[in-house]
Amino acid sequence: MEAIVFAVVAVTVIGIICAVLLAFASNVMAVKEDERFPAIRECLPGANCGACGYAGCDGYARALLTGDVKTNLCVPGADGAAQKLSALMGVACEDVQEQVAFMQCSGDCNATSSKMDYHGIESCTAAKLLFGGAGKCSFGCLGFGDCVKTCPYGALSIQNGIAHVNTRLCVGCGLCTTVCPNHLLVTLPDVVKVHVGCSNTEKGAVTRKACTSGCIACRKCEKECPVGAIKVENNLARIDYDICTGCGHCAEVCVAGCISAGDFSGASHVVKAG
Amino acid sequence: MDNLMHFDFRGLVVIMMSAILVNNYVLQKFLGICSFLGVSKKLDQATGMSFAVIFVMLLATAVTWPIQYYLLNPNGLEYMQTVVFILVIAALVQLLEIIMKKYVPALHAALGVYLPLITTNCAVLGVAILNINNQYDFLASMVNSFGSGLGYFLAMVLFSGVRSRMEGGETPKSFEGLPITLIAASIVSISFFGFAGVINNLFA
Repeated sequence: MEAIVFAVVAVTVIGIICAVLLAFASNVMAVKEDERFPAIRECLPGANCGACGYAGCDGYARALLTGDVKTNLCVPGADGAAQKLSALMGVACEDVQEQVAFMQCSGDCNATSSKMDYHGIESCTAAKLLFGGAGKCSFGCLGFGDCVKTCPYGALSIQNGIAHVNTRLCVGCGLCTTVCPNHLLVTLPDVVKVHVGCSNTEKGAVTRKACTSGCIACRKCEKECPVGAIKVENNLARIDYDICTGCGHCAEVCVAGCISAGDFSGASHVVKAG
Repeated sequence: MDNLMHFDFRGLVVIMMSAILVNNYVLQKFLGICSFLGVSKKLDQATGMSFAVIFVMLLATAVTWPIQYYLLNPNGLEYMQTVVFILVIAALVQLLEIIMKKYVPALHAALGVYLPLITTNCAVLGVAILNINNQYDFLASMVNSFGSGLGYFLAMVLFSGVRSRMEGGETPKSFEGLPITLIAASIVSISFFGFAGVINNLFA
């Protein structure tokens, strides 16, 4: 009994000595943090999405303090954050290119079906591991909503078997683009007016068999586009957004209906307008 | 003169060399593998981590050796060795970080990321405990720690070279990433077994 008590006391005393030393040291030798840091951190949304290219909001705030870093890198914070940051740092405010996520698959339950009855783990990543997923199209949305679980803003939902982006809620942080095993979600500037809702690079006939909404590479959009912004590469229509005027003609002529047109402005624009 | 005779210089050299080559902590004892695989991607990071490890190994030995011989042994508390050593080393590394942040910010910026990693590095704890197990005196313990640190440094630098070569090579898809790294590590480790008899024959 005495031995145990002594051991406990000895270790406790060592622990207390260490604790006192550390507490003392951290007080005496505390390094003053830049007083602007909390204020800068306050301007950032705290999503820690990494869209700015730094390790989380703290990382971006620290990088801002060292100077030489632009104040318009926070995509979720949009113009609001950029204005506040610029005011704090005393630099001219540059406009933020707001982004939104786009879904490159339109193969919902009406367009495509399953090639097997999957009863595994309810996750896209897991389903993808088993012969490329249960769907007939191995490029398409797996529908278990890994992206939905990731989205901190509730902008994604599973509707009729595939993920949908509610661009009005999307801030373009890009977290969803990293979790989709088929890389179907991409972030694009939210001034984009048309986008291709398919990722299948198989030949037209093969795509058609798997999904009626898939791009069959008929090149109709390529021929009809008045400015020549669409090219079919690798059996899939791709839009060059530097040239595209957003007229929406391609969406009208698309045989498969996989090109959609509309106003995709994201959450930051909606807030600004309201 | 008599004093100098007792100073076993040759013994210390043997301890040092065997710590670096024969009993290499990473490649022969397989301690500190986590940081070995994690931080050996780039040469500058590998050297930074290694210097931090050498420093903390020396410091940890300097503190744990007296604790063992003046506190634990006289009171029959040898069985508390692991707990006390972990406690002391962790506190020490933390203290070191605070001191460095204040007085040598440049060094802190260079080592900062690796210091917390070392807090739980088994190589550091391993050196402290093996010094006691081998019944080294204080000086021999310090030399052994320094040698072990150098051994860690050698392994890190060698392996970062191996890894930079692997990045250029074409790895089969199924071996990409960690698998090929582990295989390469095992080959480097096997090559170190070639040193097994060196010390005995050199200093026989």
